[in-house]
Amino acid sequence: MDYSSIIAKHIASIPRSGIRDFFELVQGRDDVISLGVGEPDFATPWHIREAAIYSLEKGQTSYTSNLGLLSLRKSIAKYVSQFFHVDYVAEKEVLVTVGVSEAIDLALRALLNPGDEVIYHEPCYVSYSPSIVMAYGKPVTVVTKKEDGFSLKPEAVAAAITPRTRMVMLNFPTNPTGACATREDLEGIAKLCIEHNLIVMTDEIYSELRYDGEEHLSIAALPGMRERTILLHGFSKAFAMTGFRLGYACAPQPIIEAMMKIHQYAMLCAPIMSQNAAIEALENGTPSMEKMRDSYHQRRDYVVKRLNDMGIECHTPGGAFYVFPDISKFGLTSKEFAMKLLEQESVAAVPGNAFGECGEGFLRCCYATGFDDLKLAMDKIENFISKL
Amino acid sequence: MSTDPLLELLRSKARHTHQELAEMLALSEAEVRARIAAWENDGTILGYHAVVNAELAGDVDVQAFIEVKVTPERGGGFDRLAMRIARFDQVVSCYLASGGYDLMVVVQGADLREVARFVSERLSTLDGVLSTATHFLLKTYKENGFLFEGETGVQRLAVSP
Repeated sequence: MDYSSIIAKHIASIPRSGIRDFFELVQGRDDVISLGVGEPDFATPWHIREAAIYSLEKGQTSYTSNLGLLSLRKSIAKYVSQFFHVDYVAEKEVLVTVGVSEAIDLALRALLNPGDEVIYHEPCYVSYSPSIVMAYGKPVTVVTKKEDGFSLKPEAVAAAITPRTRMVMLNFPTNPTGACATREDLEGIAKLCIEHNLIVMTDEIYSELRYDGEEHLSIAALPGMRERTILLHGFSKAFAMTGFRLGYACAPQPIIEAMMKIHQYAMLCAPIMSQNAAIEALENGTPSMEKMRDSYHQRRDYVVKRLNDMGIECHTPGGAFYVFPDISKFGLTSKEFAMKLLEQESVAAVPGNAFGECGEGFLRCCYATGFDDLKLAMDKIENFISKL
Repeated sequence: MSTDPLLELLRSKARHTHQELAEMLALSEAEVRARIAAWENDGTILGYHAVVNAELAGDVDVQAFIEVKVTPERGGGFDRLAMRIARFDQVVSCYLASGGYDLMVVVQGADLREVARFVSERLSTLDGVLSTATHFLLKTYKENGFLFEGETGVQRLAVSP
């Protein structure tokens, strides 16, 4: 059977993920020090795991409301109000999803008509462009540059706006660069969105992981933006809960209602044990989160210094747990560099172009790895480049 | 919990080198060295030791937790008698506690008999000691923040987005 003819054209058009290629190379090797992951190295704090176990012991194993447990939505509304300084009504403006990934898919499918353009910034998380395509939208890339610390400049957004633009997608701190947005840049972007009547979808998944004492600012908190912003957040990074698969969307009720239509038929609801764990995370998890954040902060300082000292130019990211060093001067492509590093030194890091073409010449290294391994990885990278 | 990040790092792992500590906290190595020396001098840092799983290490020593009731003294409260007990080599730790007894004394000895002898001959005979209750340690699950039966750990994929 000719399967190529039976796969939907817009799905067939999506290229294979660069991360997947690399993953297959690493798979099955147990001698690898991996800087290639996109998740915390901590297990979920025990008090959060214990809350999930307790809920199972009590027999809480049913479906929940499509929107999610009301008690969780109330906790979310309270947390979002305190952390992002934006108020949402728990009963109708909060939707609990299976990770932010599902929420992105829901928002795009709920708002895009075929051919609508969505502006997003690269290098970025691998799902953005494919998710837009899967929702029949047209991805419009804005390149962020090393010289700007990979921040998104309003002028660059303005240049990408056309009459078909419907939405702008933001992710600060950014995976893979760790870039953060300044108030000034966000205000510039907000002004454009209001002028051109655009919706903003902001993926805030790394927002707790800000360093150097900087307070996080979401575009949703700027004047006039709440009504046109879909704020997406989750538990994976801040509370080390990746496997719980839990996220949420906060937005004005008509948008949540539209997203909920898809969610109720495609997913029904997020798993109840994860929802119960999430309540514990929001109500009592801040001290555990701060402890993990401080640990990432220390490791960031160590890795940035080591890379720069050995002659690999690496900007200091303000958030997340990635560094995105520039390896272009070694005369290898990102992929060649990563493959050789894996072959010769058994250190895995992801080629920068897996996060968009403009990531070529860079490498994503995740420093959410035990300090001893991190140190060994840095020694090995230093050894590797000394032979190039 | 201390508010000082350098002290916090040392508490979780004293074996970090000065260079590592300096890099993690964005301090100079000289500054790290000076601050640690100052803490060692003023008694903030009393010492460093390994947390050992005695079972795996093959230790045959026994430990006991001894609840001690004492008569507080005018002027000195519990301190003089507590320090007198704490100075014995057999005493690993000694705490003043609220509740049904006054002092919690952790005693180590080569075998049950040695611990029992220490309690009957040295502890209970002290002036001011009213009574003791000895609890022998059977198994350790967690010590100084370290679990003895580790978790399987986070099994992460080597590469993920």
